[in-house]
Amino acid sequence: MATPELVRQYWKANLRLVGICLVIWFICSYGFGVLWVDQLNQVRFGGFQLGFWFAQQGSIYVFVALIFFYAWRMNRLDRKFDVHED
Amino acid sequence: MSLQALTYLVVGLSFALYIGIAIWSRAHSTGDFYIAGKGVSPIANGMATAADWMSAASFISMAGLIAFLGYDGSVYLMGWTGGYVLLALLLAPYLRKFGKFTVPEFIAERYYSKTARIVAVICLIFISFTYVAGQMRGVGIVFSRFLEVEVTTGLLIGMGVVFIYAVLGGMKGITYTQVAQYCVLIFAYTVPAVFIAIQITGNPIPQLAFGSEIPGTGTALLDKLNDIVTSLGFTEYTSGSKSRIDVFCITMALMVGTAGLPHVIVRFFTVPRVRDARISAGYALLFIAILYTTAPAVGSMARYNLINTMQPGEVGSVDGNLAYEDRPGWFDTWRQTGLVTFDDKNGDGRIQYYNDSNPEFAALAADYGWSGNELDVDRDIMVLANPEIAGLPDWVIALVAAGGIAAALSTAAGLLLVISAAVSHDLIKGIFLPNISDKRELMAGRIAAAFAIAIAGYLGFDPPGWVAQVVAFAFGLAAASLFPAILLGIFFKRINKEGAIAGMLTGLIFTYGYIEFFKGLFLKWAGAPWGTNTAEYWLFGISPEGIGVIGMCLNFAVAIAVSYATKPPPERIQHMVEHIRVPRDLSTKG
Repeated sequence: MATPELVRQYWKANLRLVGICLVIWFICSYGFGVLWVDQLNQVRFGGFQLGFWFAQQGSIYVFVALIFFYAWRMNRLDRKFDVHED
Repeated sequence: MSLQALTYLVVGLSFALYIGIAIWSRAHSTGDFYIAGKGVSPIANGMATAADWMSAASFISMAGLIAFLGYDGSVYLMGWTGGYVLLALLLAPYLRKFGKFTVPEFIAERYYSKTARIVAVICLIFISFTYVAGQMRGVGIVFSRFLEVEVTTGLLIGMGVVFIYAVLGGMKGITYTQVAQYCVLIFAYTVPAVFIAIQITGNPIPQLAFGSEIPGTGTALLDKLNDIVTSLGFTEYTSGSKSRIDVFCITMALMVGTAGLPHVIVRFFTVPRVRDARISAGYALLFIAILYTTAPAVGSMARYNLINTMQPGEVGSVDGNLAYEDRPGWFDTWRQTGLVTFDDKNGDGRIQYYNDSNPEFAALAADYGWSGNELDVDRDIMVLANPEIAGLPDWVIALVAAGGIAAALSTAAGLLLVISAAVSHDLIKGIFLPNISDKRELMAGRIAAAFAIAIAGYLGFDPPGWVAQVVAFAFGLAAASLFPAILLGIFFKRINKEGAIAGMLTGLIFTYGYIEFFKGLFLKWAGAPWGTNTAEYWLFGISPEGIGVIGMCLNFAVAIAVSYATKPPPERIQHMVEHIRVPRDLSTKG
């Protein structure tokens, strides 16, 4: 049975997870792809400059991985705090 | 079989498929019509969302845009994918738990206000009509080029097909048709990309090919491309010409705008459970990413192909440029459409393609005996003409035509549905006739969809001059108005109706005002735009495309300040917020 206290903790754990994911989201796109792109472009990644690769490829892969990671962790949180559906 | 007959066959088969699906999945109730009865599996919803999201612009124009913008094109790649992370983490699961039919309905209940609902409906209708006009235009262009009918005839056929499955099937019909359309469009997009990747680099995977070496030269494709474009006076392909802050803000405005677009949000109302909404956003982005990671590869290879064709020899040598009589076949077909233009300015019978607006390159060009750029290639044709430029077989060209039409129709249908739902559910049932029966509301929804199609067709036939600019406006508006109102509604219990309405109006008016000031939208008759649209006059160096970000920040600030200055929302609203934050229905089971 989910008590109000458990629900409160569940929400806190969720906010923490969202925070971590959004930091990664920001660094891999706005960080690597925009703000530090010139520095990263000094690094070669196969036939790419690394900053350019992040801006046109890498950031998108990270986005996809992040959503699946979040969904997986949230399913575990739902069960841990006994607030899952069904 | 001739190319035209083959194209008719492929496009005709795809239409028969869509209509067959529509008849099989007719809507029987308003629940079916608005949100497909909440019975769509997360993977199917992911595909439908991807087809809904990837419009004629993504399919037809984006790779071409990137081909000419190089690094600066990254704003579209990141901006139109990163928003799904925001959707999955911040909005989709909670709106699904809320469990109603439309976005304005959430705003109305969370902010206990009909005024808020009307503001949301206005934002929604404006954003959606802007978009849909562009889609119908895209259908018309593809039809006229590949099936050689008038743009108007093409438009009417497209309207007829959308009419059948949107009016008949509602969200349920649209969803399953979009699944089929996704398959058609992604196949049509990747097949030519693979062919071209093999031709240029020998590597069949486009995402890897554009980081590969060109066989026999020992130089990577992108380095080679950088060399050629700079030797013709263009900006280096892998570094852009936009300022950092502008790239940052445009990307952010597109991302947040994506998460605030009603036709995207509503897709997450159709899945059975909260956890399906989360994972479904992941599938949607995965399916979108297949096209979005292929597009920059197509862009760079198309640019390389184009320049290599026009500049087969050394830059500056007499026979370095392609002689006009040696021009390839696609040159003439596309010239008839006016999307490729050629003017032999120096009269040497050869094609010079270079950047004649670069003052540092002008002296060198004069030395070469060039008197201006002679070739203009419209960005919109890069994807459509690519198979011809690369000399691919006819069936690939026919497939690309079917793919472009699928992309345009699927997006148009999704947009038309949110418009009709806003009219029949938010305006008619929500405000004017609260006691209307389910059956009559369904009929009202169908009539609204039919009207929306007629208006969209008219806009596509005779687009107001501002369609291109308004795309930026639609994203900025969504970012500055709807997104903050929904986000705050979920994450801050203290936000009340005064704060939300003040915030939405501030974001809306500021963003609209800025775009009107620099680009001119509706007030052209009054002398707009009044500002000079260059970086030195922009606020903090942010272009009108990126200004939605500032509008969003203002919305947040005003909403929070006004909420704390007025009394908190009623108890029942605070309970409602607690309720949507938790997947299980605590009121009945807990």
